[in-house]
Amino acid sequence: MAERRARPRIAGMLQIRIHGRGGQGVVTAAELLSVAAFREGRHAQAFPSFGSERTGAPVVAFCRIDDRPIRSHEPIATPDTLIVQDPTLFHQVDVFAGLRTRGTVLINTGRTIADLGLEDVAGRFRLVTVPATELAREHLGRPIPSGALLGAFAAAVPVIGLDAVAAAIRERFAGPVAEGNVAAAGAAYRLLHADVRERCHA
Amino acid sequence: MSRPRVKFEQVGTFAVGNRLLDPDQRTVQADRARSNTLTSGHRACQGCGEALGARYVLDAAMRASRGRLIAANATGCLEVFSTPYPESSWQLPWVHSLFGNAPAVATGIAAALRAKGRDDWRVIGQGGDGGTVDIGFGALSGMFERNDDVLFVCYDNEGYMNTGVQRSGATPPAARTATTQAVGDHPGNPFGQGKSAPLIAMAHEIPYVATATVADLHDLEDKVERAMEIRGARYLHVLVTCPLGWGSASRDTIRIARLAQQSGLFPVFEAERGDVTSVARIRRPVPVEEYLRPQRRFAHLFAPTLRSDVIADIQARADRNIARFGLLDDPEERA
Amino acid sequence: MLRQIEGSRAVAEAVALCRPEVIAAYPISPQTHIVEALSALVKDGTLAPCEYINVESEFSAMSVCIGASAAGARTYTATASQGLLFMVEAVYNASGLGLPIVMTVANRAIGSPINIWNDHSDAMSQRDSGWIQLYAESNQEALDLHLQAFRLAEEVSLPVMVCMDGFVLTHAVERVDVPSQDEVDGFLPAFAPRQVLDPDDPMTIGAMVGPEAFTEVRYLMHAKQMLALDAIPRIADAFAQAFGRDSGGLVRGYRLADADTVIVGLGSVLGTIEDVVDDLREQGHRAGALAVRCFRPWPLDEVRAALGTARRVVVVEKAFAVGAGGIVGQNVRLALDGVAAAPRVHDVIAGLGGRPITSASLHRIVADALEGRAGRTTFLDLDTGVVERELRRSREDPRPGPHAENILREAGIAGGGPR
Repeated sequence: MAERRARPRIAGMLQIRIHGRGGQGVVTAAELLSVAAFREGRHAQAFPSFGSERTGAPVVAFCRIDDRPIRSHEPIATPDTLIVQDPTLFHQVDVFAGLRTRGTVLINTGRTIADLGLEDVAGRFRLVTVPATELAREHLGRPIPSGALLGAFAAAVPVIGLDAVAAAIRERFAGPVAEGNVAAAGAAYRLLHADVRERCHA
Repeated sequence: MSRPRVKFEQVGTFAVGNRLLDPDQRTVQADRARSNTLTSGHRACQGCGEALGARYVLDAAMRASRGRLIAANATGCLEVFSTPYPESSWQLPWVHSLFGNAPAVATGIAAALRAKGRDDWRVIGQGGDGGTVDIGFGALSGMFERNDDVLFVCYDNEGYMNTGVQRSGATPPAARTATTQAVGDHPGNPFGQGKSAPLIAMAHEIPYVATATVADLHDLEDKVERAMEIRGARYLHVLVTCPLGWGSASRDTIRIARLAQQSGLFPVFEAERGDVTSVARIRRPVPVEEYLRPQRRFAHLFAPTLRSDVIADIQARADRNIARFGLLDDPEERA
Repeated sequence: MLRQIEGSRAVAEAVALCRPEVIAAYPISPQTHIVEALSALVKDGTLAPCEYINVESEFSAMSVCIGASAAGARTYTATASQGLLFMVEAVYNASGLGLPIVMTVANRAIGSPINIWNDHSDAMSQRDSGWIQLYAESNQEALDLHLQAFRLAEEVSLPVMVCMDGFVLTHAVERVDVPSQDEVDGFLPAFAPRQVLDPDDPMTIGAMVGPEAFTEVRYLMHAKQMLALDAIPRIADAFAQAFGRDSGGLVRGYRLADADTVIVGLGSVLGTIEDVVDDLREQGHRAGALAVRCFRPWPLDEVRAALGTARRVVVVEKAFAVGAGGIVGQNVRLALDGVAAAPRVHDVIAGLGGRPITSASLHRIVADALEGRAGRTTFLDLDTGVVERELRRSREDPRPGPHAENILREAGIAGGGPR
C-alpha cells in the first residue's frame, strides 16, 4: 500500500478570498492569481464558491498559495487577505467573516474608508483602497476591475510579482483586452507603491 | 429507382414471378447465394410477419453492402425469437443492447466505423414499434437530427407483442390489446392522435424515409436497396402482421398486410428530405371492414353489435390517408 | 509539462491523450467543462481520428458508447448525478456486456431536492452495477486515473468509472503535470477488443440468457472484479514507473503505521482529513488516515490490513444508505469482520449536497469518538432543531406541505418565515 510522508503543519500558506458580483470577473481574478503564483514556481489553487449566481448576485472565489503542494479543498473559512471588487457588498454580505487579525483587505473604490463607513474595522484589519474600476475604464475601456486589482494585490501583499500577474493576464486574454488589463494592473501597482502611506490605513 | 413495377406478387426461388424475370430483376430471396442473414431455426410464430420482413430486409441490405453490415437490434420479438441462448439465427455481426436504445447503439457503431475509416461497412438498426415509436423515440429523433449514417428499420406490428400484446403508440384506434381491452363503452384502443413515425421522420428532413408491408416483398427489397444507396439517416417503416397479436390466421399474414395497404389505412410511400417522392397507388380501394373482419383484435366491432360508428371513424382515417397521399389511381382508371 | 489549469481541463486533456475514437457527450453540471474542452480538441483536429457525438440524453450517451465499444472503438463519456441515473439501464448493460468504456463521474448529489453540489450519492448508487469505481483525491490524480482507467478497463474487460468531486475538483484551478503524447502512448497501447462486431467474423452479442446459465454469466462479472484487485495495483505501479507519481491503486495510508484512530475517506476530502490528522498528532494522538482510492471492487484485504490494529475508525462519507446508515462504513465493517479486537467503526455522513466538511467539524467528531461519545452513525453538522421542528410539523399538521420548502423557509433561505 502506498504511503505519503507526513509533513509538519502548514504555516506558510496564504489564503485569499475575493468578493464581488457575478459578471465582475471574480472567478477569473482568483484563477489569474493562481496562475501568477504558478508562474513564480509556487503551488496555487483557485476555485469559486458555487451557487446559482446570476449577473449582479454576490459571488465569492478563493485562492490558496503555498510553497508546498496544497492538499485541502475546503472553502477558505479564515482568509489572510480579502479582495473586495464591489464595495456595495459591505452592506449585503459579511465580507470580513473569518478574516485573520491584521489581515489585508484590498478594496476597489475611489472613496475613503470613512466614506465607506469602515472606520470601526480599520483598527482590526489593514484596509487598502485602489480605484480599480476607474483604472480599468481608463486603460481597458471597460469597468472590469480584476486586472487592476491584481496589480494592486501584487503591491499590497508581497507574494506575487507584477510580472507574473502580467504574464497570467496575457496567457488568459488576447490582444487589446490583455494589454488593457496589464496596463491597468501596472497603473494600480504603481499607485499603491507611490503613495502607500496615504492609502494604507494601519 | 430503375426497376420496373412488378405486378406478380410471388417472390420465392421457384415462383413464376421470378422465373419470368431477368435474373438481375429477381428478388434477393430468389438467389440461392443469398446471405440467409436471419437463418432458419429461430423461434418465431407460424406466420410471423416480422420474421418474414426481417429476412427480406437483412438479405437485401447484405447484398447492397456486399456483406459488410452490422446490426443493432432492440429488445422485442425479433430479438427474442432470433437469439434463444445459446443459439442465434443471425449470420452477421449483431448486437442487442436494450429496449429503448437501438438507434443510439447504431449511432455508436457508425461512429466507431467512421473513426476507423471503414467507409464500406454499413449499419442497420432495427426494432419493433414499441422500441422505435415509444421508448426509443428520443434516441431515434437524435439519430435523425444528427443525420447519423444508419438505416433504421421499424417492424410495426402495432403493439408490444413480445410481452403479451399490450398497446403501443402505434396501436391503431379500436384495436383490442391487453391494456386496451374490448370492454366498456369504448372497447379497444381509444381514438387518439396517433403517432406516424414515418411522418415524424420526414419532419426531420432526413435523406430517405419509406414505408412498406410484407405484402409486397419486391417493393420492400427495392426500398432497402434504395436506402442503402444513400448515406445519412434513413428510416424504413414496415407493417408486419402479427397473427397472435392481431388474432388472424397464420396463413393470412400477407393477405392482411395487403388489405391494410389497399384500404388506405397503411399508406405505402417514399420520401426524401421531407417530400414524398412516390406512393404505392391503390388499384382497387378496399373498405376498411374487409381489413378489420379477419382480425380478432377488431372482433368487438362486429359482435355482439355491429359498431358502424367506429368503423366509419376508421374509414374516415383511411379516406384521409388516401386523400393526403394521393393513393388512388388516376380517377379515370378507378373501377 | 506542469500547467495551472482547471480540473475539467486536465481531465479532458488526459482523455484526449488516451486517443479515444468515439466520445459521446451530453452536458450536465458540473461535468460540462470536460465535454466542452473535448469538443474543441476534436473539432480543431488535435484529437483525431475521433468522432464526437452530441447526444440527446445521457441514456443515449451510454448507448452510443455501447455501440461504439462493441464495434471495437475506444470509447468515453462523462456525467454526474441525475445524468448517471438517467443512463442506469445502459450502465448495467455495459458492464454486463463487458465493454471497456471509461466514464468520468463528476460527483454530484442526487435529487429530489435538486442540488448541483458535490457529494457521492451518484456514484454510490451505482456501486453494484459491475463498473469499477476509482476515486480521485486531487486534479492530478483525476488526470492520472483516466490513463490508468483505459488500460485497466481494456485489460479486465469491464467498464471503469473515474469519480472526481464535482465543482470541488472539476472547477478548481490547480497545478497538474500533463504527460506528453509519447509518454501516454508508451503506457497505454492501442485498444485490442476481446469481442468485436466484425463482418469478417460475425458474432451475436447480447442474447437472452435463461436460468440455466444466468448465474454463471453474472458470476463472471464478480470474478473479473476480483481479478481487478490484482490488476489495479499492478497498473498503478506501472504508472509510477512510467510517470514517477503515486496515483491510483486500491488504498493509500497516511501516518497509519502506529495509528490507533484512523479516519477513512474517499476523494478530495482526504486533504482536510490529513490536516486534521496532523493536528491530532501534534496534540499527541496517534491518528492516521486511509484513502480508499478504489471502491469497487472493494479492497477488503487492504482495508482490513490498514485498519485491523486500530482502536477506532471514523469513516467520513458523502452519501448514505437511506434507512440503513453509512455505505462505506458497511463495507469497512465487512473488512473487519472476524478481526480479533476489531476497532469500533463510526460512520460520519458529511458533505451532503455540497455542505463543506471543515477541519473544525471533523475535529469535533473525532473528539467525540475519542471520548466514547460518538454513535454508530452521525450526520455531521446536522441542524437537529430544524429537523425536529419539521418532524413535529409532519405529526401535527394534516397538510404540512413539502419538507424542502419548509426547511428552506426555516433557514431563512426562502421567504415567508416559518409556518
